[in-house]
Amino acid sequence: MDNLASSRKTYASLTAREAGLVACTTCGLLDHPRQTCQRCGAALHSREPLSYQRTLAWLIAGMVFFIPANLYPMLITNTFGSEQKSTIIGGVIELIEYGSYFVALVVGVASILVPLAKFAVIGLLLASIRRAWKLNPHQRLHLYEITEFIGRWSMIDVFVVAILAALIQLDFVASVNPGFAAVSFALSVIFTMLSAQSLDQRLIWDSMNETDRHE
Amino acid sequence: MNTTSIDPSALIACPNCDLLHTARQVSEGERLRCARCGTKLASSRPNAIDRTLAAAVTNAILIVAALFFPFIQLDGGGTRQSATLIDAVSAFGTGLTAPLVLVVAAFIIVIPFMRASALVYTLWPLRFGRAPYKAAPQAFRLANTLKPWSMAEIFIIGVVVALVKIAGIAQVSLGPAFWMLTAVVLVLLLENHNFCRWTIWQVLGKHTQA
Ligand SMILES: [Zn+2]
Ligand SMILES: [Zn+2]
Repeated sequence: MDNLASSRKTYASLTAREAGLVACTTCGLLDHPRQTCQRCGAALHSREPLSYQRTLAWLIAGMVFFIPANLYPMLITNTFGSEQKSTIIGGVIELIEYGSYFVALVVGVASILVPLAKFAVIGLLLASIRRAWKLNPHQRLHLYEITEFIGRWSMIDVFVVAILAALIQLDFVASVNPGFAAVSFALSVIFTMLSAQSLDQRLIWDSMNETDRHE
Repeated sequence: MNTTSIDPSALIACPNCDLLHTARQVSEGERLRCARCGTKLASSRPNAIDRTLAAAVTNAILIVAALFFPFIQLDGGGTRQSATLIDAVSAFGTGLTAPLVLVVAAFIIVIPFMRASALVYTLWPLRFGRAPYKAAPQAFRLANTLKPWSMAEIFIIGVVVALVKIAGIAQVSLGPAFWMLTAVVLVLLLENHNFCRWTIWQVLGKHTQA
């Protein structure tokens, strides 16, 4: 820890950009500005170009596809000739009626709460970059890390539908088919993941430093 | 401050917030964290390469094996049928099911297998103290890019949820392939614990820059 402490004194809050250096986000190599990283060959940028715009574009795409994902049926079941359609929320309610409360909770949180929370967090982070929203940077980082970690789990309901459709094909009395919502939900999750990955987190800290200096 | 005098090789920058820190050797089991945001900058896990390589080899074998064993067995209407993952995937052809199943197959089989293979390709020569293969940086970059898109653990929980939903319609039992995928998930968890991509990049860098 000695070295770490001394580095804080020598380069008191100096970032790589302020020192005229560029850090590779892929492999971590620190270097003088150049086109590509000497070590891993990735394109080298002090801040990812168009990070804000790309994050916003993917976020909007993710939110747009989340709407049909909730309005259209996720699962279309045929039992003895009668057709039954269920949406995401309908599926959760069905699980509650079966008495599978825990599974209902898992699916409900993963398919409704997590996507909504992820939209909100990415939106807040984008707002904080433009300094329209003031938030403790540590809270922001934790929010980002948590949503990044659990965001992938939203995919669970898509897997459930695919497994059910595959399984029931083996059966004779019933047939299960995925509805339009399954595809739009999968796309919504993929777009939101791409949105989070497009966000260059260094921009968040840049905006915070500038705010500090102005105040 | 005179910035031209700064030697980049003596410093590391935090990948999250860009703050500079003095680079130093990390002692075994220690983790170096960013002074501003707390992000892990470097960690020294003993035998990180050995363990990551072992996990990747195990996973590649398990994923291929899981394709050929029954994944799930269904008892209904007086007959028993079993399906491998390949059966399940190739049984589709109608409507929205086909693109959905392709996406699922990519997330649970193709991407985890590609990632495991890329890790084996990167780490195999390093394990035996030889120079890395020519495309090792590209392979290791691919492995890191694919990481969030490898969703075997989510699929396993999905299978359990599907079994709860189907319980009223038919009797379903799990085949060996299900347990192989579960093993893949456990190995991935272990691998995550030992994995430090900065360490591996440093080893790769010694060869490519020299
Ligand atoms: Zn690099
Ligand atoms: Zn940091």
